Amino acid sequence: MAVVESTPARPVISETRRSRWSPLRMLRSVSPAVWTLIALVIFWEVSVRLTHVAEFILPTPSRIIEEIGAYWPRLMVNSGYTIGEIVLGFVFSVIVAVPLAVLITYSRAADRAIYPLIVTSQTIPKVAIAPLMVAWFGYGATPKIVIVVLLSFFPIVINSVVGLRASSAEMLYLARSMGATPWQTFWKFRLPQALPNMFAGFKLATVMAVIGAIVAEFVGSDVGLGYVIQVAGSSFNITRQFAAIVVISVIGMVLFMLMEWAERLIVPWKNSSNIAGEA
Amino acid sequence: MSMPQGVPLAADAHISITGVSKTFKGRAGDVHALQDIDLTIRRGEFVSILGPSGCGKSTLLMLLSGLVPSTKGMIKVGDKTVEGPNPDIGIVFQQDVLLEWRTALQNVMMQAEIRKADLKAARERALQLLEMVSLKGFEGSYPKEMSGGMRQRVSICRALLHKPPLLLMDEPFGALDAMTRDQLQLDLMRLCRDNAMTVFFITHSISEAVFLSDRVVVMSPRPGRVERIIDIDLPRPRRLLMREDPRFNDYTRELTQIFQGLGVFREEV
Repeated sequence: MAVVESTPARPVISETRRSRWSPLRMLRSVSPAVWTLIALVIFWEVSVRLTHVAEFILPTPSRIIEEIGAYWPRLMVNSGYTIGEIVLGFVFSVIVAVPLAVLITYSRAADRAIYPLIVTSQTIPKVAIAPLMVAWFGYGATPKIVIVVLLSFFPIVINSVVGLRASSAEMLYLARSMGATPWQTFWKFRLPQALPNMFAGFKLATVMAVIGAIVAEFVGSDVGLGYVIQVAGSSFNITRQFAAIVVISVIGMVLFMLMEWAERLIVPWKNSSNIAGEA
Repeated sequence: MSMPQGVPLAADAHISITGVSKTFKGRAGDVHALQDIDLTIRRGEFVSILGPSGCGKSTLLMLLSGLVPSTKGMIKVGDKTVEGPNPDIGIVFQQDVLLEWRTALQNVMMQAEIRKADLKAARERALQLLEMVSLKGFEGSYPKEMSGGMRQRVSICRALLHKPPLLLMDEPFGALDAMTRDQLQLDLMRLCRDNAMTVFFITHSISEAVFLSDRVVVMSPRPGRVERIIDIDLPRPRRLLMREDPRFNDYTRELTQIFQGLGVFREEV
């Protein structure tokens, strides 16, 4: 019996990757975006040098790198605090937001009584709440973690709810016709179906968590990269400000890439997903 | 050729539907999806439900599966009255509803996992079923790597894994191209022959209904009622070229005329 429709393209592992190393091929494998970035940095360096812009207005990239090197030990200590706030706040967000999303999906009462409040609360600029958090929780790590949670919580709830609701009526009928218990329906059908959306939420949340930590440190802190930026600014040390900005950007990128890596590991069947509720 | 109503054959009746109605409560008042349905289906029979959109075909299927309760009347499958989800059925929808995170084999095996069946024996049967529908070699493929026709075949295998005596199909080939559809019709008839089951098949294709069925139940819309039941007296195994046979055309003509009489088709003069 003949198969009528054409055979689909099965994933073929590329053989070319294994061929011998050459410098030209190495250069080609680098993303074009990286080249754009390098070109921009060179343009920055050259134009600042040619126009003799004062360092307290715009330092050259080479000066910023120098500063990172010179101030490295202090940057590391302060990064530790900032990373700690981000990670703790993010983990706490996940622990609260995911079960809440499950509750909203399963309980009509929660859907009607809680969900609209979560959505409308997003119109409150959370940065404006930051001083209040300092007044309530003092200058320690607590207000920072609270602000990180406030910022990263929303995208996780929204995307998890969207994902958990993505199970079609047919899929749920199918589960019931097999005699699936509500527990089996959740673990074997609904949750895996929701994972791509949930990861979209997690990724957005890591970005928000970094913003939250820095803003919280601006408002009231004596440690962290936000504090470094604040202090350097008050003494017109623009180069040090840039150094701290570079470090915090790298931290943000690394965290985002870690989430992407986790996504590829846990959700290998999906390579792109819709992001809902960008805050 | 036609009978006014399903003749009750108590001895080998597999499904008996008596006086069944289904009303949905809507904002603009009640919607009568089905009204006073009487239908008896024999064991091992292939019955197509044919009708235009909105005639309650899918609702009738959901009532049979026990996933949706009826408003009035009684449905018996075997000697049991349907009151809740019936575990002795297989369902295939128009959408394949495959789980994207599972391979073809794992999708079929879901049926056994949920039912807590003997996984080793189920695995053997799953591989056998996949081979029967020409999917040998694709057991480890993920749904996104498969074409629409292949995906629907996997979903048919999943519906058959636990050897259900009753297979419910809701326009299973509606989303496929014509040639894939022909092949899947042939595959389905072979699976039916090898697995001895009753098939309740919903379609809105007249020729598909004639080609596959022992009997075609014609339904009229709003509210959904059984209009006519036509016996299809064509030999089995059915072959594709039978569709060119004058007797085949007599059936499709008769059915077309019934729908014309119901005002389902509007033709320009």
